[in-house]
Amino acid sequence: MEKIVFYILAILMIVFAIASVTSRKMLRSVVYLLFVLIGIAGIYFLIDYNFLAAIQLTVYAGGIIVLIIFSVLLVHHIEMELEMAKRSKQILTALACLIGLGVFLTTIYSNEFKVVENYKTTSVSDIGMGLLSYDAGGFILPFEVISILLLAAMVGAIIIGKGEKLTKNDETL
Amino acid sequence: MIAGISIYEIFTLTSILFFIGIYGFITRKNLISILISIELILNASAVNFVVINKYLYPDLLQGVFFSIFIIAVAAAETALAVAIIINLYRQISSVEVKDTEIMKY
Repeated sequence: MEKIVFYILAILMIVFAIASVTSRKMLRSVVYLLFVLIGIAGIYFLIDYNFLAAIQLTVYAGGIIVLIIFSVLLVHHIEMELEMAKRSKQILTALACLIGLGVFLTTIYSNEFKVVENYKTTSVSDIGMGLLSYDAGGFILPFEVISILLLAAMVGAIIIGKGEKLTKNDETL
Repeated sequence: MIAGISIYEIFTLTSILFFIGIYGFITRKNLISILISIELILNASAVNFVVINKYLYPDLLQGVFFSIFIIAVAAAETALAVAIIINLYRQISSVEVKDTEIMKY
């Protein structure tokens, strides 16, 4: 059962990822990206990390996609078609990517992984305890640094987005 | 872990997603499309962290923490990138890569 679900998710994700990087309509490619992100949340659900799947759905599918759609709507006309790279460049890039993929896969398949059979679930309280513990292996310092980073990104985004005085370039608005 | 699915199949999936992201990153000519490709790459690597944690070291949680941090950094990065793109559009009325020479100086 899980096997079938995984294969369906994998095929959907690959198809939508390819559609997302080749679609010529901006908004459509964002919506295809949304499907890929939901598929990744499905993978998190399959390997029993429910908290991570919830984070993926809220932060990515809820937050980042809305932000990108906002910027697309502010910046583009919906009907406008994107210009693509030259055909020769596309083929060259695809070839390079395929070679890289081949290198990755041969390395992965030639490596012996010591897989531990287990079916235990992780509760949210375990994750919270690990994130906030002061002991060896605890993640309290990165956790605090991330909170400072989010604050700095918020302030920076407001300052950059506010821009300079609008009177200087009125004609471009 | 997923019953009946080996770690190799999940790695194959994430590698394919990663290289689709790189393909988009190189061929696209638009700043927002490049941002979309970066999201694909980041997501593929975050899935790798989680899968290695679950399959090889099920008693630890480090991979989950790293994925949470990757998601947080990606959110901050997207917010900043969107702010920069909108500011750039205000100044030069374009989000194409070839028009953004103003950022070099």
